[in-house]
Amino acid sequence: METQNMKSFSVQKMIQEKKKKKSAAGIVEKIMPYILFLAAAVSVLTTIGILLTLIFETFMFFDAVSIKEFFTAKKWYPFSETQGSFGILPLISGTLKVTLIATVVAVPIGLTSAIYLSEYASDRSRRIIKPILEVLAGIPTIVYGFFALTFVTPLLRDIIPSLEIFNALSPGIVIGIMITPMIASLSEDAMTAVPNSMREGALALGSTKFEVAIKVVLPAAISGIIASIVLSISRAIGETMIVAVAGGSTPNLEWNVTSSIQTMTAYIVQVSQGDAGYGTTIYYSIYAVGMTLFVFTLVMNLFAQYITRRFREEY
Amino acid sequence: MHLIDHKSVVKRMKSRLAMNIFSKSVFFAATMFALLILGVLLYRVFTQGFGYLDLQFLQSLPSRKPEQAGVYAALIGSIWLMGVVAPVSLLLGVGTAIYLEEYAKLNKMTAFIKVNISNLAGVPSIVFGLLGLTVFVRALALGTSVLAAGLTMSLLVLPIIIVASQEAIRAVPKELREASYGMGATKWQTIVRVVLPAAIPGILTGGILALSRAIGETAPLVVIGLPLFLAFLPNTLLDMITVLPMQIYNWTGRPQAEFHALAAAGIIVLLVLLIIMNSIAVLIRNKFQKRY
Repeated sequence: METQNMKSFSVQKMIQEKKKKKSAAGIVEKIMPYILFLAAAVSVLTTIGILLTLIFETFMFFDAVSIKEFFTAKKWYPFSETQGSFGILPLISGTLKVTLIATVVAVPIGLTSAIYLSEYASDRSRRIIKPILEVLAGIPTIVYGFFALTFVTPLLRDIIPSLEIFNALSPGIVIGIMITPMIASLSEDAMTAVPNSMREGALALGSTKFEVAIKVVLPAAISGIIASIVLSISRAIGETMIVAVAGGSTPNLEWNVTSSIQTMTAYIVQVSQGDAGYGTTIYYSIYAVGMTLFVFTLVMNLFAQYITRRFREEY
Repeated sequence: MHLIDHKSVVKRMKSRLAMNIFSKSVFFAATMFALLILGVLLYRVFTQGFGYLDLQFLQSLPSRKPEQAGVYAALIGSIWLMGVVAPVSLLLGVGTAIYLEEYAKLNKMTAFIKVNISNLAGVPSIVFGLLGLTVFVRALALGTSVLAAGLTMSLLVLPIIIVASQEAIRAVPKELREASYGMGATKWQTIVRVVLPAAIPGILTGGILALSRAIGETAPLVVIGLPLFLAFLPNTLLDMITVLPMQIYNWTGRPQAEFHALAAAGIIVLLVLLIIMNSIAVLIRNKFQKRY
């Protein structure tokens, strides 16, 4: 009798313990989605934080400088005590000059590499070349900056004697080299996605491989290719260290690529390195410049997303 | 009667075939050009920096005299930075990925989070620096510390980890989850004991790639005000640091050729660090990758 009691008691205990465990597990089960949602919310909070930071500090800047001056004045002399002028056009022109040079370098090389990799290369050479391109894309930008200042600039100065030590040409070319793997790899993805039956159809009609690539594959993959170029240009606009090292710090509005320039990103770096006191107009100006930069890249990125969505061809 | 003029066809065919061969060599040359640049870059860095690369360079603090300068402080600083970035970004990134892949309903909120992540990946790194300067350095009063730098970097690399983890979790076959449910496991038990172990190689690979982005990034750290020249080591999370890319930037910015050689030597150290991390990623991928 007693032993039976003991047994039933322990079974009861076991059941109770099991229930307790279950309810503990039930609590974990219930709260985990919320904890994970909080983690997911961090990325949204980051975006909100970026927007609020930029908007708020930019308003502080516009207390001191009028919006009209910011967008229309043709001079950017933030450090002058008496006749400081905050017209962002020279910084934008510096950024556009560098970006244009980078695009001119990167688009032909990147696109032809993509065509070679997707249409001509054997599996074996693709397996060798693609990782090397990835290495090229993974090199820190400060290394490219060093390369621009100590190798590309002296090399260009041998060819163009009037080239200044700091100029738009050298960082532009090097940024082009930096974004080439991005164009090549994204465009190659788009071209590889074109079904083989289309290539075979064109070949059966007597096209050469070149004609298949240019007249069939390229048009079929065009949305992905344009998106890859737009995304790469957006990367070039936001690129900082290469222009900070090799571009100089003289904002100007001239269409001259051999003289020293300053881009939006390089200006932010220049102010951050100096001792612009917290709360000064110069301190707030980096946020106004950052806001302009952010809008530029955001528009490009949204445009790329729009192209891929709108013009995607489904096979 | 000939419907096809053979002569003109043959003539045209010749130029088309010539164009074919010509373009193939042009495409090949363009691809090789990209590889050639990589070769030149590495060759330049190694020949310039090799002379300065010795044990003394690795063990010395930065100095005004090039022959006594070293990367010790920067190397230790980079390791401290990784120590903050790795846990913060992995926890947040994997958490977000689990939420999006396992829990999130298909509604507007989820779609918004996804669009937001892909846009965040396209924001220039220097803008993250401005965010870090306002939020971490000023508002939370962390100062120009390891912690502020690490948190800023974590936010910067978060999209990379989220996307990699999402892909890894998505690749775990449904049968595994269903078998786990069939054995009576709850959803959370299934995630922790079945899905995550199966997805861990992909998650770790993405994590290492994100970390190698973080230790090579310079711009945000310049903006939040990390010093370019620092002659002491950090003791706590609130101490200042300098990191390898900052030290390289500092040396590159000086006019003397000796400092450029030092910068090249610093670049070699940074590249070796990156190669080690990427090799670990490849090893993990090859060793643990299961095909279902």
